[in-house]
Amino acid sequence: MAAVSGLVRRPLEQVSGLLRRRFHRTAPASLQVTVREAINQGMDEELERDEKVFLLGEEVAQYDGAYKVSRGLWKKYGDKRIIDTPISEMGFAGIAVGAAMAGLRPICEFMTFNFSMQAIDQVINSAAKTYYMSGGFQSVPIVFRGPNGASAGVAAQHSQCFAAWYGHCPGLKVVSPWNSEDAKGLIKSAIRDNNPVVVLENELMYGVPFEFPSEAQSKDFLIPIGKAKIERQGTHITVVSHSRPVGHCLEAATVLSKEGIECEVINMRTIRPMDIETIEASVMKTNHLITVEGGWPQFGVGAEICARIMEGPAFNFLDAPAVRVTGADVPMPYAKILEDNSVPQVKDIIFAIKKTLNI
Amino acid sequence: MRKMLAAVVSRVLSGVTQKPASRVLVASCNYSNDAMFAIKKCDLYRLEEGPPVTTVLTREDGLRYYRMMQTVRRMELKADQLYKQKFIRGFCHLCDGQEACSVGLEAGINPTDRVITSYRAHGLCYTRGLSVRSILAELTGRRGGCAKGKGGSMHMYVKNFYGGNGIVGAQGPLGAAHNMAALWKLPCVFICENNLYGMGTPVERASASTDYYKRGNFIPGLRVDGMDVLGVREATKFVADYCRSGKGPIVMELQTYRYHGHSMSDPGISYRTREEVQNVRRESDPIMLLKDRMVDSKLATVEELKDIDVEVRKEVEDAAQFAMTDPEPPLEELAHHIYCNTPAFEVRGANQWIKFKSLS
Repeated sequence: MAAVSGLVRRPLEQVSGLLRRRFHRTAPASLQVTVREAINQGMDEELERDEKVFLLGEEVAQYDGAYKVSRGLWKKYGDKRIIDTPISEMGFAGIAVGAAMAGLRPICEFMTFNFSMQAIDQVINSAAKTYYMSGGFQSVPIVFRGPNGASAGVAAQHSQCFAAWYGHCPGLKVVSPWNSEDAKGLIKSAIRDNNPVVVLENELMYGVPFEFPSEAQSKDFLIPIGKAKIERQGTHITVVSHSRPVGHCLEAATVLSKEGIECEVINMRTIRPMDIETIEASVMKTNHLITVEGGWPQFGVGAEICARIMEGPAFNFLDAPAVRVTGADVPMPYAKILEDNSVPQVKDIIFAIKKTLNI
Repeated sequence: MRKMLAAVVSRVLSGVTQKPASRVLVASCNYSNDAMFAIKKCDLYRLEEGPPVTTVLTREDGLRYYRMMQTVRRMELKADQLYKQKFIRGFCHLCDGQEACSVGLEAGINPTDRVITSYRAHGLCYTRGLSVRSILAELTGRRGGCAKGKGGSMHMYVKNFYGGNGIVGAQGPLGAAHNMAALWKLPCVFICENNLYGMGTPVERASASTDYYKRGNFIPGLRVDGMDVLGVREATKFVADYCRSGKGPIVMELQTYRYHGHSMSDPGISYRTREEVQNVRRESDPIMLLKDRMVDSKLATVEELKDIDVEVRKEVEDAAQFAMTDPEPPLEELAHHIYCNTPAFEVRGANQWIKFKSLS
């Protein structure tokens, strides 16, 4: 009551002083941004910053994107920067690589990475290997992005994880964001990178909101490619993951914390070049390791991590063999009960952790 | 003549009380056994002559085509319902509006001919011999599904039908397929069901030339009205004969329309107007076209076609019930059928302690 009468009597400056004081007392509302919005923001900012950047793919322009990731971009930037292509991945991926060689900075969207198999020759033979084959003469500053891995009920041809396949190739950089901050920072870094970068998004994560720290709201917010992040500190076991399973690992960690087991959860963020140093440092602290991924076990991301740990200083710190948690070694079945058992669940992660710790 | 008929009918009606009136009426109705119809001339490319412009439809065939198209229609609409009720998950691409394509195709080929298609496959699954039950149960992911619940909407197979395929862009190497088919004179018909849209993009924005029947380049082709089941049948017979006579491959473009969007996640009206969809329904619905022809030429009565509608509805309803109540495949079958003709082996699950057995 007194404040109101004060407002009426005092001049403007003192009123604004009152208002300012009010803001100090209340906590700032946290900014929640979905992964989809974060990618959209990242692309929008880079399109604005550099006119050589453009986006092409199926339904990216007038349809606003098959998964609405490019919503509003065509309206803002028009036909020359946001381009709808016919349904031929081999064709438009080839055009994109050519554009990159000629000096533009294309973002080539695959509606899902399953469709990139149609164009994989362009990704590997035309993009990844060219800088090397040309003796450092011809760079290919291209980004291949799109949803990767399992979705829900889309069956065998639409659920494959390509992290291992693309991570296998020298000349490519491969990133795999988990949350909104990852998504924005990594897509911006990918676009600014002069090398071909594969950005493995996840359809099930697009609609998930995360708190967006204030640094992430800056137009120059970048996450370095090749650096992992420790999402949760722990002392008993190192849990390494990428993309959506990072969330499952954090869930498992919360459950186990109640039993006195503290997990250190590492979000890889980049598949290639892999930040093995962060993983090694963690293993040297916790003496135990599990890896968690959505892809198939054979020749997978976890297999590579285990091999590298054996080759490095961390091996001597292991008190138990490293364990991999992966997708089941089958083409993705359609029926729900079978699909649920073909992807790593929180219970599988908890089981693997306890087995490793011999509990 | 008509007065005589009425007299006969009323005498029979008064005499017989058990039989339902409609059946008596049909028995004494004067209907024809077959009728001749005109069909639209096809656009030809690199062909001297095309399919005939008239055809004879027998009552038996007409009733069969009507039943098949109505079954596909009702099955697709039921799939729409089941999807909205979340019994069907993932992707679901419906072909209502395109019934004349699958039914007309089947009418023009032999059961021993082989067919492969894209993801909009439910209609072809039915016409190639899968039961509505096994299709719907596959869509709901149950053990009674034609692929035991492992495949879902886009991956259904039956003898001489190599399924749908989920990868649209896999048709990119079509040019390569055309080349080899022409080079080796393979008896192969390349069919394009042109429903005017590539997902959400109208054909004019996706294709430099929308005359798809000409896109075979050195391969001859024809463009057919895909809403007329008789037109599709005759064109199919024509192209099948062409191939069987050793002349090599041929392209057939069926101009058709899908009422639903690209898939269940596409409302289908952001890139086309509701009026456009209503118009097609009103002017060119394939089932309506056949029905009008049959009734007008007395091949069938409105009532007996209605009876077929009722039977089809029941068949689809029963199939849906089965699809909703049949149990899911057992977990033990997760790893079955990875390889064929191979002794059983162990398959890894989410971690090294979870094991499944793989049987061929």
